[in-house]
Amino acid sequence: MATNSSTLMGFVHRRRRGAELFLLVLALVVGIGAYAAVGLGVDGEVPTNLIGYGGWLAVLTVAAHVVVRFVAPYADPVLLPVVAALNGLGLAVIHRLDLAKDTGLASQQLTWMTLGVILFVATLVFLPDHRLLARFTYTSGLAAIVLLILPMLPGLGTQINGARIWIAVGPFSFQPGELAKVLLVITFAGYLVVHRDALALAGRRVVFIDLPRGRDLGPILMMWVVSLGILVLQRDLGSSLLFFGLFLVMLYVATERPGWLVVGGLLFFGGAAVAFRLFSHVQKRVDIWLDPFADPDGSGYQLVQALYGFGWGGMIGRGFGEGMPERVPYAESDFILAAIGEELGLTAVMAVLLLYGLVVERALRAALISRDGFGKLVATGLAAVLALQVFVVIGGVTRLIPLTGLTTPFLSYGGSSLVANWVIVAILLRISDQARRPLPDLTEDEDADEQATQVVKVVPQ
Amino acid sequence: MSELTLFLVRIAYLAILWIFVLSAISVIRSDMFGARVPTAAAPGKQPRAPKPPPAPRRGQPSHVAVVQGVNTGATADLANAPVLIGRGNDAAIRLDDDYVSTRHARIVSSGGQWYVEDLGSTNGTYLGSQRITQPVPIGLGSQVRVGKTILELRK
Repeated sequence: MATNSSTLMGFVHRRRRGAELFLLVLALVVGIGAYAAVGLGVDGEVPTNLIGYGGWLAVLTVAAHVVVRFVAPYADPVLLPVVAALNGLGLAVIHRLDLAKDTGLASQQLTWMTLGVILFVATLVFLPDHRLLARFTYTSGLAAIVLLILPMLPGLGTQINGARIWIAVGPFSFQPGELAKVLLVITFAGYLVVHRDALALAGRRVVFIDLPRGRDLGPILMMWVVSLGILVLQRDLGSSLLFFGLFLVMLYVATERPGWLVVGGLLFFGGAAVAFRLFSHVQKRVDIWLDPFADPDGSGYQLVQALYGFGWGGMIGRGFGEGMPERVPYAESDFILAAIGEELGLTAVMAVLLLYGLVVERALRAALISRDGFGKLVATGLAAVLALQVFVVIGGVTRLIPLTGLTTPFLSYGGSSLVANWVIVAILLRISDQARRPLPDLTEDEDADEQATQVVKVVPQ
Repeated sequence: MSELTLFLVRIAYLAILWIFVLSAISVIRSDMFGARVPTAAAPGKQPRAPKPPPAPRRGQPSHVAVVQGVNTGATADLANAPVLIGRGNDAAIRLDDDYVSTRHARIVSSGGQWYVEDLGSTNGTYLGSQRITQPVPIGLGSQVRVGKTILELRK
């Protein structure tokens, strides 16, 4: 409300593209510097392909910056550099693990990043106004469900590490769930912006909290069933948690009613308790979480090694090349934070967490100043996706909550996740561009109105 | 590569990382105070005390009234601007109209001119037959339609 009236009073957000460029240069130093430090630490010399690698990274980020400058001049100046820095740091850590394990994941990740930036640019160019997305409310919901079902189809879906969330087409494998989360945010926002009055007003009051009516519980129950379906059929704890949490956050933000959190919380704990009873894979995760040292060489190995890594890294880490992050299974994807904690220490882990905090803060800021309900809800939803993902992964790796498989946004190795996250950033930039852009001059509109009135007078309809 | 060099590389890299984080935060800090007021709106730098609302002049609207709909006859004083119109309890004019959103629209003043602004309502706010998408200036007698209700500025 305050922000709205301040736009009325004639406040104008500055474009701040220069600040973005400055931050992008620093972000490049973070990414390329990490690559050089990996070379120095592991091989004792600056990597020979530093120019080529750094040049490619610079081309990608500068291209993204130039496109933002032309098609979204008022977009938030901090989001793109922060994301570029996280991506650059992730690439360097994956490269470090490549050197230890003799694999070539970093170059694949760079290819995925290129594709991500291309999609980022395409989203910004072909989406001049985020409100266009509201037209595809139900289409995108259907597409999301199809994407979620795809891995279940025989012949197309493949099961990796117990989770059936991949589809393989020829040599390429892809996680459709990553794109589904973006589509689901659009669906929820489009649905809630239309139906929030019904969901917000009706209900009865029970001890300080307005509980919703029984018949309005349909959507939340449906989402609950979908999440449980993912948990049971695809054995993917992380996505299940993410989708339900996302819907709950958006429902709460749209209706401003704590009653939904009570209902959602009860459903969540009910579902979690049933899943814990019935499914061995859930039970196993919880057991490892409660006591990882019960079987340090077997089921608890990964988490125990990650914890040792954090401990060995200490405050400022061992330094690139001085630790042994490769002994943690999946250090390049789910457990990349353990590798960072071991070689760069708590100092870097805190910096990474702050960077995620900045991304989420900027997304929520875009939601706050956005002028339309749909934009507000999409930005909040995307912020919730990123925040939940970071919380679930980092909480799991640091043994705050039971471990669930999700990728750390922008850091982890994983093409589908990286591409989807770049699209998320593009949509966030579009919303913030629309929100910060000054309104057209009102005095001119007045004249236009007068002229329009005169025309109507001359030609009666 | 000596131990010391590696140590320096490590410290230097952590410093770069934190310089980046802090610069990003400082950009946001200046972003919060970076809203620029057009020179016409802010003539001087002297701190402006919130001006008392000017006494209603002759020929200026003083209240907004419901002229058609369920709540015909309800009025709200424009001295308490911004005037919120909607079905919610916090609205200055509470309408019992099923086609009106909780916080539907509001009437605000800027530079001596009154504007009506839609607050993202479901069914929209209309000035004549035009659905408004941004603050639109209104004067005495302009008919603003929200849901099945018509509002008007009165002297």
